[in-house]
Amino acid sequence: MGLFRKSEAAFFNPKNAKLLSDANARGDVGSISCGDALSLSLKINPDSEVIEDAGFQTFGCGSAIASSSALTEIIIGKTLNEALQVTNQDIADYLDGLPPEKMHCSVMGMEALHAAAANYRGESLEDDHEEGELICKCFAVDDLMIKRVVKANGLSTVAEVINYTKAGGACTACHEKIEWVLDACLAEMAGEASAKPLQVAAQASAVVQDIPVEDIPMEFDAALAEKITVIEQVIAEVRPAVQADGGDIRLVDVEDNLVFVSMSGACTGCGLSGLTLANVEVKISKALGEPYTVFPVQETAPVAKKEATYDC
Amino acid sequence: MTVEAFIRKPESAIEMVYLDNNATTKLDPQVLEAMWPFLAEYYGNPSSIHQLGAKVGHALEDAREKVQTLLGAEYSTEIVFTSCATEATSTAILSAVEAMPERREIITSVVEHPATLQLCQHLERKGYKVHWIGVDRKGRLDVEAYRRALSEQVALVSIMWANNETGTLFPIEMLAKLAKEVGAQFHVDAVQVAGKYPINVQNSDIDMLSISGHKFHGPKGVGALYLRRGTRFRPLLRGGHQERGRRAGTENVASIIGMGVAAELAYQALPQQMTRLAMLRDRLEQGILARIPSTFVTGNPQQRVPNTSNIAIEYIEGEALLLMLNQVGIAASSGSACTSGSLEPSHVMKAMQIPFTAAHGTLRFSLSRFSSDDDVDYVLAQLPPIVERLRMLSPYWDNANNCGSAEMFTPAYA
Repeated sequence: MGLFRKSEAAFFNPKNAKLLSDANARGDVGSISCGDALSLSLKINPDSEVIEDAGFQTFGCGSAIASSSALTEIIIGKTLNEALQVTNQDIADYLDGLPPEKMHCSVMGMEALHAAAANYRGESLEDDHEEGELICKCFAVDDLMIKRVVKANGLSTVAEVINYTKAGGACTACHEKIEWVLDACLAEMAGEASAKPLQVAAQASAVVQDIPVEDIPMEFDAALAEKITVIEQVIAEVRPAVQADGGDIRLVDVEDNLVFVSMSGACTGCGLSGLTLANVEVKISKALGEPYTVFPVQETAPVAKKEATYDC
Repeated sequence: MTVEAFIRKPESAIEMVYLDNNATTKLDPQVLEAMWPFLAEYYGNPSSIHQLGAKVGHALEDAREKVQTLLGAEYSTEIVFTSCATEATSTAILSAVEAMPERREIITSVVEHPATLQLCQHLERKGYKVHWIGVDRKGRLDVEAYRRALSEQVALVSIMWANNETGTLFPIEMLAKLAKEVGAQFHVDAVQVAGKYPINVQNSDIDMLSISGHKFHGPKGVGALYLRRGTRFRPLLRGGHQERGRRAGTENVASIIGMGVAAELAYQALPQQMTRLAMLRDRLEQGILARIPSTFVTGNPQQRVPNTSNIAIEYIEGEALLLMLNQVGIAASSGSACTSGSLEPSHVMKAMQIPFTAAHGTLRFSLSRFSSDDDVDYVLAQLPPIVERLRMLSPYWDNANNCGSAEMFTPAYA
């Protein structure tokens, strides 16, 4: 898999490939099983919180090493808060782009930075990575995520899966695989539906068909309201950049640790919108202190369909 | 530009120590010479009655006989030309399941080439029962599991003769004999064997066998299926009467002529090249193991084709290695994930339970009759410093003690 010119230079002559002996923050991410691992060490000035030095060690491909090098170059001299605004797209841009199938290397850099920041601040980050079979390599979407979204939103076509998850939205090589996952999920859902007692099914059907969605009584939940406020703030921070690119992003709903957003304008069908979502996901997770997953949904998606469970 | 000027322009070739011959091979100059007239002068359709067509038709039959000799087939008509080995393999597998509809099971191995693997997975989704036979840590087939899977429900056994990543050979004659006992058809993917190891289908129980021209110094875009006379068969491509109705479509004449010459040259060179390449490979392998710590050979060193060596270089990743080797003019291959855009090591390395610390850093060197002692010397000089450089970057490597460990780096956030 070839490298782009600038990432090639960063690979052959990486900057800051070193262990910092006086580091006071460390972010170790990745895994040997995935073939990508990164140890990022930072020397942060305790008074100003300026990152005075950064070093990395990377097990991975050329793009992983180049992304690690780029990350350290970008963040040295920034305050920790400024550095945390860096996105994986910034890393890719610094390298004049990465091939779509290598974007996960830049994501690893961003994850290492967040892990290092958490380490410095004495916080903990939880692993929210999926363990299913990787279906879309461009946007790192696995079969578990696809199944979850299919069930949650009652999807039935490959096109809907692409719209909701961005899987298959770039190189299209995984469309057949998406179809298999979708077929398996639909068969599973059909099995579940037939297993339910008829009475319950009839009741559920009555709820969906007869009661206007607006009339379903909503219990006021102060914690949820607070959560939504924080998420709205994060989205408000991101929106200007998205709008500058001709797109838009809007919060649709929050359920447990799932955030549903609607993307419109230039974001619709854009291959890079998955990265925007990843960025929003990281920011929300950080702001709320626990892992959240952000799903793109169509605004016209019937609300009643979200009554499905997520435990595929 | 004249044809001659194009032929005689070797200086346009990229200078490389090319040790990636299991991926593809250099076109033998004699093959290219033989092909040219059939691209330029003899353009007739081999199915035509007129002189121009007949001339081409005769050349096609001559090429068929040369492939027949390479495979040790009894009749030249048992050779069916295809567009590639993937087509030959697809034809064999789909023919068998269609020709024997009462049988709904297939046997194959977990380390097959994607041409077999993906098609069998597809058939599995269509309702066929596929027995996936595993391998041990040296890549040797679990013959007992194979025996247990055989029954009169099995339409087809499709097994590779030599693995493309490790070169490990399976005991094909014995497996074919066992398959015959239950009346199953037996197909062999011999892509990595043709021209590297003796084949004699006539004295075996093999019904079908796939080869690819570009793996033994022929052109790309041409393959062949050996189809034993009398085997129940259903064509993949229907239409014209070409290839006796077994593969419709006008033949890729020039490439078939080229594959014929390549088969002839490979057959002639085989006895001498088998010994020479094995010695060259062993010198490369021993040299690397002696110069670089934490390396080992994957596959079965005792039973493999003579041109292939797959070496695991622990604690670094294969694609990074390939990029650095490429920079110094060495072409090799890797079972590493990133080369394929995937994130997991190759299915062959996983099937052999090669630890992740090594599976991501496998390097495959595959030699050909154009490989030389100088090529080996160059790799032995260039590879050690490259490995050292990458290990310096690896969080799994302890530079002070010159050793590595998976436990050295255990990210809390994985």
